[in-house]
Amino acid sequence: MVLQVIFLIITAAAIALFSLNVRKIIRNINLGKDTDRSDRPTERLVTMLKVAFGQSKMVKRPVAAILHLFVYVGFVVINLEVLEIIIDGLFGTHRIFAAPLGGLYNVLIASFEVLAALVLFGVVAFYARRNIIKLKRFTGTEMTKWPRSDANIILIIEVFLMTAFLFMNAADQKLQQLGSSHYILAGSFPVSSFLLPILPDSESALIAIERFCWWFHIVGIFAFLNYLPYSKHFHIIMAFPNTYYSNLEPKGEFSNMASVSNEVKAMLDPAYIPEPVPEGGRFGAKDVSDLTWKNLMDAYTCTECGRCTSVCPANMTGKLLSPRKIMMDTRDRMVEVGNNIDKHGKDHQDGKSLLDSYISREEIWACTTCNACTDACPVNIDPLAIIVELRRYSVMEEAQAPGSLNNMFGNIENNGAPWKYSPANRANWAKI
Amino acid sequence: MDTSINIPTMAEMAAKGETPDILFWVGCAGSFDERAQKITRDICKILHHVGINYAILGTEESCTGDPAKRAGNEFLFQMQAMTNIQVLDGYEIKKIVTGCPHCFNTIKNEYPGLGGNYEVIHHSQLIQQLIDEGKLKAEGGESFKGKKITFHDPCYLGRANGVYEAPRKALEILDAELVEMKRCKSNGLCCGAGGAQMFKEPEKGTKDINIERIDEALALQPNIVASSCPFCMTMLSDGVKNFNKEEEVKVLDIAEITVRANGL
Repeated sequence: MVLQVIFLIITAAAIALFSLNVRKIIRNINLGKDTDRSDRPTERLVTMLKVAFGQSKMVKRPVAAILHLFVYVGFVVINLEVLEIIIDGLFGTHRIFAAPLGGLYNVLIASFEVLAALVLFGVVAFYARRNIIKLKRFTGTEMTKWPRSDANIILIIEVFLMTAFLFMNAADQKLQQLGSSHYILAGSFPVSSFLLPILPDSESALIAIERFCWWFHIVGIFAFLNYLPYSKHFHIIMAFPNTYYSNLEPKGEFSNMASVSNEVKAMLDPAYIPEPVPEGGRFGAKDVSDLTWKNLMDAYTCTECGRCTSVCPANMTGKLLSPRKIMMDTRDRMVEVGNNIDKHGKDHQDGKSLLDSYISREEIWACTTCNACTDACPVNIDPLAIIVELRRYSVMEEAQAPGSLNNMFGNIENNGAPWKYSPANRANWAKI
Repeated sequence: MDTSINIPTMAEMAAKGETPDILFWVGCAGSFDERAQKITRDICKILHHVGINYAILGTEESCTGDPAKRAGNEFLFQMQAMTNIQVLDGYEIKKIVTGCPHCFNTIKNEYPGLGGNYEVIHHSQLIQQLIDEGKLKAEGGESFKGKKITFHDPCYLGRANGVYEAPRKALEILDAELVEMKRCKSNGLCCGAGGAQMFKEPEKGTKDINIERIDEALALQPNIVASSCPFCMTMLSDGVKNFNKEEEVKVLDIAEITVRANGL
């Protein structure tokens, strides 16, 4: 009974803390400006099912795709077991699903075990790719101490969780063989059977191991759940809404700014009466609150895999720009602004901004807008949209573009071409 | 150029009370850049050859605003766009073929939101259509048999708009040996000119992007590097020159290849 109460308290606390952090994240995402992504719900659902659920964009890198599939399927499916653990924990039962599910239960437990082994394999391979093989994709200026630790912490937690799960099953199996009273005959254990020889023979020791692993597994899952909001691993949740709200327009289409349309229309036609545009603000983005909520959702979705940066033509030729850094900086700044609100209230100014305090001018001007990054992202994150907003601020609010671009603007304005040619000569090619 | 080809302007056509089937939007590079002008004339030769009733805007054409938009100057972009839309709508233009993927992308995707709705195709798509309809073949001109050709995907045609097959169609009918670079189609590597980079010096780095790209192309030992964008043309040609390979390796637009194959 005491244990059931403790379990209830831990479960409730874990869920409460997680909800609190999720609310904070939703609040932070809503710091962004409005943008309408409510159109075409069917197409959005299909995109989500294909890209997030079906992992369709992972296959471009087959090795990573297979390893990731092991961990992904393993984690989703094994979490069905968590449901049973929670019920058992709350009501003091043991393997409550065994009786109603009958033979199916054995199949389920067996498949969980196989998946657990595959998860372990995948996670160890991932760890090796990062720390032993040292793939270039996982390095870079933005991959400082915390992002690298974060990645390894996730992998290590998963090793612990899967190991506890398998040892729990192994001890349970041995207790079943011993005919221990509480341990009903249930489950099929194709993987954990291999652990039997290293387990002790005494019933009390086995019960201690089984109980320790049971508690470790479920408390570990709750702890992991609450680690997610602070980690890049939050992508396991965000991948779904983020792909649902994907940009469905052609990648080459940049948004037309309604606030600018009004002014331009008024300039071209003095009789034009401007349509009301929601909240002026500034042109482009200087800080996270100038971006859209979708840009900010993108930042929380990024799991720092570096596919974007590895295909970025600017980055691969040694320029400072890294699309992954754009996303990580956006998230870091958003979290900072969020913390400021918590500590100092809504209107606190800390004198910092996304542009300059985090992302430099040199980075934003190195982009060729080629869309390689957006194409490479397995969860449809759009770093380019943020870069363009920062450029817009730089050009339209500060008139701070590289000198040669200012010349280009001047030429378009005066000659209708980006070069210094007279518009009268535009059709000269046809006269030769 | 064959002086017998007269390139009609919209103004001339309107004066005669005629409307063309399609407007050829030349673009700034195609109008002023010497290398691109040659491609522009070749596109006209193809239009003339198949007897399409077309016209150009001539001096009434102006920059679409693409480089301004990519560089963050939305004001200038919309000024250009709205002025162009007035001109296009004034002539009641319905269908446009462009000689540049950047113009293509901008008019097709970004003008509708500002009130300019047209059917827009890139010249590679026109060539593809003409081949599919049997109006354009590869006969009567230079033979490309045995020539090794690789195609460089312009970002604003490929990834930006998903047009990968149209330009390849023009090459497939040549009986040449087509080889793909490892980074092709949706994995294609930018030439380095997009996003208004064409009009500025690159940021500090270890290498220029066009060198990275042409390195990859030259590794295939091609006779021809084909593309279908005037900016890619400049960047790739400069890259080939950088390796002193301009004698062995030609950088050609698919319109030029089509004209050569048909002896136009």
